[in-house]
Amino acid sequence: MDVQSNAKQRDFALLASGAKLSSLQWGGIAIAIGIGLIVPLMVSDYRTFQFTLVLSYAMAVLGLNILTGFNGQFSLGHSAFYAIGAYTAAIMMDQWEIAYYWTLPAAGVVCLVAGFLFGLPALRLEGLYLALATFALSIATPPLLKYDHLSKWTGGVQGVVITKPDAPFGLQISQDNWLYYFTFVVLLVLYFCAWNLLRGRTGRALKAIRDNPIAARAMGINTSLYKSLTFGVSALYTGVAGALGAIAIQFVAPDSFTFFLSVAILVGMVIGGIGSIPGSIFGGIVIVFVPNVAEQISKAAPWAVYGTLLILCMYFMPLGIWGFIRMGYARFTRRRKAS
Amino acid sequence: MEFFLQQLFSGLAFGGVYACMALAVVMIYQATDHLNFAQGEMAMFSTYIAFTLLSHGVPYWWTFLLAMAISFLGGVFIERVIVRPVEGTSVLNEVIVFIGLLTIFNSLAGWIWEYTIKPFPSPFPKDPLFGNKFVGTHDLGVIGVTLLVLFGVFLFFRFTPIGLAMRAAAQDPASARLVGIRVGWMLALGWGLAAAIGAVAGIMVAPIVFLEPNMMGSILLYGFAGALLGGITNPAGAVFGGFAVGVLETLIGAYVPFIGSELKLTVALLLIIAVLVFRPSGLFGRVVVKRV
Amino acid sequence: MALLEVSKLEAFYGQTQVLRGLDFSLEEGGITTILGANGAGKTTTLRALCGMVRTRGEVSFAGAKISGSATESIVRHGIAHVPEGRGTFVRLSTEENLRLGAYTRKDPQAVGEDLDRVFQYFPRLKERRHQQAGTLSGGEQQMLAVGRALMMHPRLMLLDEPSFGLAPNLTEELFDILGAINKERKVSMLVVEQNASLALAIADHAYLLETGRIVISGTAREIERDETVRKAYLGY
Repeated sequence: MDVQSNAKQRDFALLASGAKLSSLQWGGIAIAIGIGLIVPLMVSDYRTFQFTLVLSYAMAVLGLNILTGFNGQFSLGHSAFYAIGAYTAAIMMDQWEIAYYWTLPAAGVVCLVAGFLFGLPALRLEGLYLALATFALSIATPPLLKYDHLSKWTGGVQGVVITKPDAPFGLQISQDNWLYYFTFVVLLVLYFCAWNLLRGRTGRALKAIRDNPIAARAMGINTSLYKSLTFGVSALYTGVAGALGAIAIQFVAPDSFTFFLSVAILVGMVIGGIGSIPGSIFGGIVIVFVPNVAEQISKAAPWAVYGTLLILCMYFMPLGIWGFIRMGYARFTRRRKAS
Repeated sequence: MEFFLQQLFSGLAFGGVYACMALAVVMIYQATDHLNFAQGEMAMFSTYIAFTLLSHGVPYWWTFLLAMAISFLGGVFIERVIVRPVEGTSVLNEVIVFIGLLTIFNSLAGWIWEYTIKPFPSPFPKDPLFGNKFVGTHDLGVIGVTLLVLFGVFLFFRFTPIGLAMRAAAQDPASARLVGIRVGWMLALGWGLAAAIGAVAGIMVAPIVFLEPNMMGSILLYGFAGALLGGITNPAGAVFGGFAVGVLETLIGAYVPFIGSELKLTVALLLIIAVLVFRPSGLFGRVVVKRV
Repeated sequence: MALLEVSKLEAFYGQTQVLRGLDFSLEEGGITTILGANGAGKTTTLRALCGMVRTRGEVSFAGAKISGSATESIVRHGIAHVPEGRGTFVRLSTEENLRLGAYTRKDPQAVGEDLDRVFQYFPRLKERRHQQAGTLSGGEQQMLAVGRALMMHPRLMLLDEPSFGLAPNLTEELFDILGAINKERKVSMLVVEQNASLALAIADHAYLLETGRIVISGTAREIERDETVRKAYLGY
């Protein structure tokens, strides 16, 4: 047996499944990180703030991707988890005067539990019905946040204002820049964890459940446990994203977390690429910058653009931008090999 | 007692609106196994069309019929052109297209007519009938009109050849083709009819909740709840479910103090989840067994 | 000109080829039967004629090309297909099922007459006209399927294993009625059957299919009389 060719085959399989990254991919990541680090130094504070939001939404999209893209559970309700994360951070910072960095693990844990609890009844719901239940969750969230009896914590209709944190240790960088780097580091950590989780046995189990739940169960995978946990983890990611977004915007209010936020996250996932980790960054960019451009036409235009993009994507680019890039690269390498 | 009757009739009026939305949703579900998430926004858009016709001086009931006709054509167009490319692909693809439609309609309405809340006229006289203290005339009118429309739809499906063909196409498309039914067009007709029924719901409810692009969001949700409660495979059940949800949410909102009017949507959410988890076929629906 | 002309017909389920080039024709007025073992491609032949599977080759009906068209267009040429499993609309009533057969027709008077005739051929359906079709017995559903096909006022009726799941006496009754329909209403028939003796008894012509090809063709009498054919292919 040719040991070398066996190793080559194993390598190829790992590369194809995303479990191992080629040197080209590591190079790409290094460049991306490099760009990410330099950007705030070259642009205005407002732009840096926008990029912070890009990172926050990218994490939210990754959260949705973990649940829908990798595990096949369709959620239209992620605005609820984003809201829970945001409000957790806001309440902790405003009412209990806890430092901003502690709000992230707190938001994460609260959302993990909330997601897991919602995932339990969701176990019995398939595709369309789960979409319906999460749709209802999205629509029911803003009124709950406006509810009078809870308003001593949630601030009711007016919401909660947060103060932006300063850079620590007296560093001479602006608040926006500091927050950007803070968010960036959190993103790197979360992305690394997600990549690790999804490329191993857990990832394969999740995908097995997505593609053929009955076969997965027959193979001994505890689908109920995995599905509920995935809901929890997905909510965790989106919740942490929500907390970071809230800190950046310095404000939470019920009408920021309507069903349309769920749509925005969905748009990010679809355009970036369903089931793609790097695609979620594109998703974040789309969520923040499409309104930027479109709002110049009309206040309503961004949503019309989102809707049109969703539909066009389903017709022409169902794998999103990242899928498009991968296909282009595959075709490119094939042509090179042929010549 | 007087309060109870007032709430009851108000609940029935809303129930009629929910019943229309529930029926529209079930009609499309029966034919395609999809839930049209955009049904509410389509109905809202139809209502704005009616508003435009009215502001150009078209008499009310002509506007009503015209808006229904335009919505019908719109529904047919949407099915044939926008939904057809993804029909039969995955649930994910189809729901995403519906969500896309939802946002497009919502934002188009905001763009064309702006987000300011507009009053919408009621065709029914303002003074309560016979000076009664229980039910406003508009509420009575809503109950009457929605029942009339729902009854008309029932007659259509029961007694006309096309209605029969649509039922056949929805239940068994392969066999329907064998008798020459153009199943694709039956689907489009179903969408058109659902859109027209949605227009009725929007026009009837607009005087109560006022016309603005986001007015149908929660109404659609109640419509879904009603359809699930009644049985999403049973149009008559869905209608019953719609009325039931209308009465339930109004009475609960009135009599249970901590829920009030603010948490009614939470109640709808819990109702939907409860039905889906414990009795997905609803009160009157068929239990669908999935063959493995 | 034959009523039905089939040339080099191939049929596929996905990538799997089931029919490997059929050539045959049907004259108007008679009953033709297609025989063969399980998996020979008999049902696929009927499906291919109606455009229900992917095909290659040419099929023409009464001079018009029907291959490549959609099912609902093909049947409008005057072909009624009684499929395997009967294809009744189980949640609709018996009468609604029958009326659906007349969906494409524009002559209400004649439709009414045809309905009466169906009830004459199948009195049991008349008794159950308002009953939900799914509650009918297997034999009654088969009659309903044939009745619905008749309501289409077809020139050609395709029947896929009409004897399937029926008790022997019911099957005989059904085949007698089929023969009557053929003679009285001048409906040509193409009958796919596993029960060879039954089919040959009413048929004029027969084709024998084996793994997607026609291996034997001839008049029903010839095939009935040929002992080697009977023993090798028809099992009796």
